[in-house]
Formats: sequence, structure tokens, C-alpha cells
Amino acid sequence: MPKSIANQVLTPFFARTLVIARYTLIETWRNRFGLLLAGMVIAAVLASFFVRQQTITESSRSQVAFLAATLRAGSVFIVAITVIQGSVREFHDKVLELMLSLDLPRSSYLAGKFIGYACLSVACTAVVSLPLAMLADLHNVLLWAYTHLLELWIVTAFAMLCVTTFSQVASAAALVLAFYVLARSITAVQLMSQSTIAASGPATDSAAFLADAIALVLPRMDAFTQTAWLIDAPVNPMTMPGATLQTAIYVTLLLGAAMFDLHRRNF
Amino acid sequence: MARQRSIRSVPMWLRWLLPAMMLGQIAFRTMEPAPAALAAQLAPPPAINSLRLAALGEPVGFALLLTLNLQAFDTQPGISIPFSQLDYVNLVQWLDAISTLDPATSYPLLLASQVYSQVPDEAKQRAVLDFVYREFLEDPVFRWRWLAHASIIAKHRLGDPRLALRYARAIADDADDARVPSWARQMHIFLLEDLEETEAARILLGGLLTSGTVTDEHEVRFLMERLKAMESADISSKASNP
Repeated sequence: MPKSIANQVLTPFFARTLVIARYTLIETWRNRFGLLLAGMVIAAVLASFFVRQQTITESSRSQVAFLAATLRAGSVFIVAITVIQGSVREFHDKVLELMLSLDLPRSSYLAGKFIGYACLSVACTAVVSLPLAMLADLHNVLLWAYTHLLELWIVTAFAMLCVTTFSQVASAAALVLAFYVLARSITAVQLMSQSTIAASGPATDSAAFLADAIALVLPRMDAFTQTAWLIDAPVNPMTMPGATLQTAIYVTLLLGAAMFDLHRRNF
Repeated sequence: MARQRSIRSVPMWLRWLLPAMMLGQIAFRTMEPAPAALAAQLAPPPAINSLRLAALGEPVGFALLLTLNLQAFDTQPGISIPFSQLDYVNLVQWLDAISTLDPATSYPLLLASQVYSQVPDEAKQRAVLDFVYREFLEDPVFRWRWLAHASIIAKHRLGDPRLALRYARAIADDADDARVPSWARQMHIFLLEDLEETEAARILLGGLLTSGTVTDEHEVRFLMERLKAMESADISSKASNP
């Protein structure tokens, strides 16, 4: 494509996308996302000191383990709810329809929203990593934080897909929760279905097949952001490319599905 | 226009109802008995795969929560015989499950060798010491000190010097590594000496502290408190049996 045509087509697209991303960030900030996140982190840190006092051995290890697990779950919850609530409000307040009436491409809107929430996830990851950086090895915390960021991006993309499809907070939140729980536990489900000592037969084989089939279409989130990286054996940096590739594939898949739904929607 | 109305716009009955109900809630909860984990209520753990599923990809954090929950089933105020009502079959299964979920932790071994071995019941003591021994065999280099505790308990509490020597020899044979202090590998020597339990425990603790094996401040405090309790018990028994 000649350079001038590329500039005429692509530059406005990126410019609009970045504008959407910017106002998404501003809106989220004004909705007290920062306060909510800070409150969650402070509560988790205080609870970790309580846990530390309860242990009679391995107190530092226990504190880091508790804090990492709590911050991970808490930040996923806050980011997911923020994405769902912000997007649903735009649907119901007709803000989206107003923007589309201004000749804004639907894919530009969705991409801009995702970029805005992705930047939010970066800030969220930085904040939750701070207390861990004071308690654990910095190198391992950085690798933990990186996979946590990838995890947040996957959850963000899935939340956007749910909102685009359902446009209701309760339905979208329930689906995101179910997706996250399943993605975190699918490995354990597969192990259970494979190691059963119950009588083998069609039912058992079907269960194992179903578990494997579901595992194929889910990201293996229990391999992301492992607490053991912070307290036990140091993480192998070679696991990062795999996690990055998984995130790239899955986020593209989810956003593609969301764009598919959005393009089919009549306003 | 202000974003919120003043409190005067709220009906009077509602302004009184809310604090009254909050006081009522606090009073109601105050009248309830304090929660207590009754020893008799320790049920067997679910299957390890179910626990892994419930952990949602966080086995380390989940194992910690299970451990702290298990710790709640300790001596209840007013009960003179520690852990007598605790089902040790279920207890050992819980310790096993926690160790399987988080293989890098030594917490179940400390609980088994230092806490649950206090029960004045030989069968229960043997059950937890056997658990410590099995866990030691999984990782002798990092778990030798719990078996060292177990060997002292076997000699002085169970009165079974053969079992004590078996544990001590296992440390010498299986924990044959430069990271294990040489005095630990020679435990069978000082076990053969005619030492009292307190003296043996003091020597072991001194060795652990000097060699830097125990560094966690909570664990040091806990072990020192245990030693003081043993010394007090020794003094009391010598005073009553001159």
C-alpha cells in the first residue's frame, strides 16, 4: 500500500484508537480505581502480617505465599469488575452508539478500550508487585509480575467479550469468574479424570475426553504467576516465551470474537 | 447543587434504627460462645486430587491455609490431656496431604515432631514419628533435623532406644551430604549416652542454632519455649521426687 494511502487510512485509525484508550484510562481513574486497588493491597499486606504471626515456622515463606496468592486473586477481580462495569455502562448510557454515529470504526473502539484496560493492568501489576518486591527476590518478582500482567490481559479480553455478548454485569461477571476458575483448575481436572481408580468404562472415558477437549480451548493459567517462583526454586526464564505466545494467541482470539459480536450488533 | 442531601432529610426513625440494630448485632454476637475447633471434629481430608482442584492453581497458598486450619485443633483451654481426642489417623492424613500439596514445606514435619508428638499415647506418638520418618526419606538432606527431633522423642518419650537408633542411623546413612552437619550424622553416638531428654534436646537445639540450620525467628522462639517447658517439667518432677 502506498505510503500516502497508508497514512490516510491507518493514522486516523490509530489516532482514534489511542483517544479511546486515553479516555478509558481517565474514566477508570475518576471511578476511584486507584483507591480501590490501594485499599486491596493494604488489606492484603496487613492480613499477611497476621498470617505471619500465626505460623511457628517458615514465617517469611508463609507471608510471601499468602500475599502473592491474595494479591493475584484480588487484582484479577478488581480489573475484571472494572472492565465489565465500565463497558456495560457505556452500552446502557448509549455512549457507544454516540461514538459509532461519529464514524468511529467498531474495531477501533474495541481496540482502544482494550489498550486502555491493558495499560490499567500494567499499573495494577506494578502496584501489587511492590510489597512482594520487598519480601522476595526482585528477579523472581519481576518474572512473577510479567506473567501476572499476561494473566490480567487475558482476563480483560475475556471480560470484554462477555460484555459485548451479554451487556449485563451479573452475566458477564459470572462468566468471567467461571472462566478464571476453570482455567486455573483445568490441569487438576485432567489429572483427576486420568487417574481415576473407579471402574473404567464409557462414562469415565467420556469424562476424560471432555476434560481434555476443554483444556485445549483454555489457557493453562495455573502455569502463570506461580507462588512457588517467589519462595522456592527460582523461575526458569525460558517459561516466559511460552506464556507470552499463549497470551498473544488467546487475547487475539478473544478480541476477534468480541469484534465479531460487535460488528453483528444492531444499534 | 450538592451531591448529597443533609442527614436531616433522613427520617428520624431510620436514624435511630441503624445504630440500634448495629448495637443489637454486636450484643447478639457477644452472647454467642467463642468459636473453638473441637478435636473430635477433625474429619479425614478429601482426596489429594480434590485438594489440588480446590487450590485453583495455588497449591502453596492453599497448603498454608490448610496448615493454619489444622493448627487450630490444638489443646483446648481446660483440657489437661493434649490431643487425646484427636483422631491421629486423620491427622497424619492431613499432614500427608499438606506435604503433597507443597513438597517444599517443612511445616507438617515441625507440627508432627514438636507439637502432635506431645500426646501421652504411644500408638499416636508412633504414628506421627512414622510420618516424620517417611517424609525424611523423601528428602533426607533437608529434612534430617525433624528426624533428629523424632529420635529424641523415641528414646525419651516412647522409651524405645532401638527406634531412636534406627532414626539416628537413617540420618547417618541417608543424609550423607556436606550440607548436613557432621554432628547430626553422629547423633547415634550421643543418643547412646545416658543423657536426659532435656539435655539431649538442648544439645540438638544448640547444634541447630550454631550451624545456622534454624534461622526463622518464630521457629527459634517456639523451640526455646518448648525447651523451657521441658526444663520446668524436669524441675517440678525432681522437686516432687527428691
